[in-house]
Amino acid sequence: MDEKQRQRRVARDEAAERKRSAHSGFSNPENPRRSWPLTIVVAVFAAYCLFPFVYLLVNATKTQADFTSTFGLGFGHTFALWDNLTEVFSYQDGIFGRWLLNTLLYVVVGAGGATLLAIMGGYALAKFRFPGRRAVFAVVIGAISVPGIALAVPQFLLFAKLGLTNTPWAMILPSLISPFGLYLMWIFSEQAVPTELLEAAHVDGAGEFRTFFTIALPLLAPGIVTTALFTIVATWNNYFLPLIMLKDADWYPLTIGLNQWKDQASTAGGQAIQNLVITGSLVTIVPLVIAFLLLQKYWQSGLAAGAVKE
Amino acid sequence: MSAAEVSAGPSPKVDSVSVNKHRVDWRGWKFLWPFVVVFLFVFIVPIVYAVFLSFFQTRMIGGTVFVGFQNYARLFGDGQFWGSVWRVTLFTLVQVPVMLALSALLALALDSMRLHGTRFFRISTFLPYAVPAVVSTLIWGFMYGAKYGLVGSLNSWMGVHLDVLQPSVLLASIGNIVTWEFTGYNMLIFYSSLSTIPHSLYEAAAIDGASEWQIVRRIKMPELKGSLAITVIFSIIGSFQLFNEPSIMQNMVPGNAITTYYTPNMYAYNLSFTGGQSNYAAALAIVMAVITMAVAYAVQLNSMKEQMK
Repeated sequence: MDEKQRQRRVARDEAAERKRSAHSGFSNPENPRRSWPLTIVVAVFAAYCLFPFVYLLVNATKTQADFTSTFGLGFGHTFALWDNLTEVFSYQDGIFGRWLLNTLLYVVVGAGGATLLAIMGGYALAKFRFPGRRAVFAVVIGAISVPGIALAVPQFLLFAKLGLTNTPWAMILPSLISPFGLYLMWIFSEQAVPTELLEAAHVDGAGEFRTFFTIALPLLAPGIVTTALFTIVATWNNYFLPLIMLKDADWYPLTIGLNQWKDQASTAGGQAIQNLVITGSLVTIVPLVIAFLLLQKYWQSGLAAGAVKE
Repeated sequence: MSAAEVSAGPSPKVDSVSVNKHRVDWRGWKFLWPFVVVFLFVFIVPIVYAVFLSFFQTRMIGGTVFVGFQNYARLFGDGQFWGSVWRVTLFTLVQVPVMLALSALLALALDSMRLHGTRFFRISTFLPYAVPAVVSTLIWGFMYGAKYGLVGSLNSWMGVHLDVLQPSVLLASIGNIVTWEFTGYNMLIFYSSLSTIPHSLYEAAAIDGASEWQIVRRIKMPELKGSLAITVIFSIIGSFQLFNEPSIMQNMVPGNAITTYYTPNMYAYNLSFTGGQSNYAAALAIVMAVITMAVAYAVQLNSMKEQMK
């Protein structure tokens, strides 16, 4: 079924639902019994959540001198956003651009791979009863509770032995595994892919992979978007893994690079470049914020996997 | 297998069906093997390796030697280690309940459909999750600054001397950053589990004369319990691993308020990457993994008991 048709059906269902709840006069979106006091309480919390974004946006427009001398939430004497942006991308021979490309590489290969492995693994756990299934699940769930550091130290030593540290592989390989993604796809496959449909395809002579690609994958789309978004965030925002694995600034992702720029102010003789740190931070979060806003509908429906009512 | 063969009747149709039912089905592995292979390489092998490493010690004379449980014995009497464990325990005891209570209340408010602009609030409270720990710590760190940060501006404006980076409140300031980062994320987990409640249940309750508050207490809260177990466990694991925020803040804080053994993870990191004591760090990592899993397991048991009632 194509996405448009599905959306239309969902919209129709929602309209019917609203009509019914309007009839019973309870908890319904068309009913004007909305509460201003409750809205204000939530608005205060939303302000707390959005406030640092405002701070970041305002301060990205300031020069280094204005940043240290003018009020934190007010604008500076000169509007330097464009100057800052140019400087971010040209400072130290434009290494920021390199960091951005590195991050993209890690996200595309690492998070993309993690999503693919999670889809296939989750589908297998949900739709097949094979020997070792329970053991795999127990071990993977147990692995979520292993602290990152318990893993990172031996991972580093192991990777060093194999000559993988300080190469993109050190960042990509561990990113390929997302236990949470596997769990999400498992729950989602269970609900979104009817077993009867798979059996029917099988009877018609379709192979295992053909059934997977032509029947299961389209049904899994919202779950895939959700899993992809979570693995992308995890990889894009990862700080700890590259911190231990990468020594060469040419392979840094944005997070490590930014922190290095921040530390520059506190090293002896280092030039304080807080204006670049702030503008660079803004550049770092903008793609993710946009992705979240644009794909809102998909990841929210994906996360509420069981929300298929009645 | 043998049962299938015995029960196989003369009709070929019955035969194929019963054989299919009892034959061992390996097909799932066709899809699962890539995950398992990488998982073995990046999870299982390193964990086994860490256990192995923890039984050795590198000495000036004699190189790396097998020392049995000596690293563990040393850890047992290591005040810096237990100090760091106590610090993250304290952090967990305060930060996790505050954050999860906020998340649950927010989810209930958003789900009540009584807000103006539900969609706006849903996305804006979740947005901090998209911000890397580095960036959120940087922003909050700049704002906390008493010299030219927002706190500094506030001080000179109101003539007070607030310092949210002094050692006695530092942990709370870090807690604020973590709360800011993850409240929306947990809210979303609660919110999506609330959205699985069929609306017919609300209608039925309303017809039976239930008030909105009764519906929250009797229908919504029990539904939240299931996701509460997940969020509690994830949050405990997260706070026991506290590393990014304090280590990024380390040189934004005056003096030595954030030590190299501020949290267990920072201690392990510094031991192995600047102190050259990988074996001791491996032992520390394993002890922390065991403690974390024990706590997570105990909480899980508790929440299961709750649901049994």
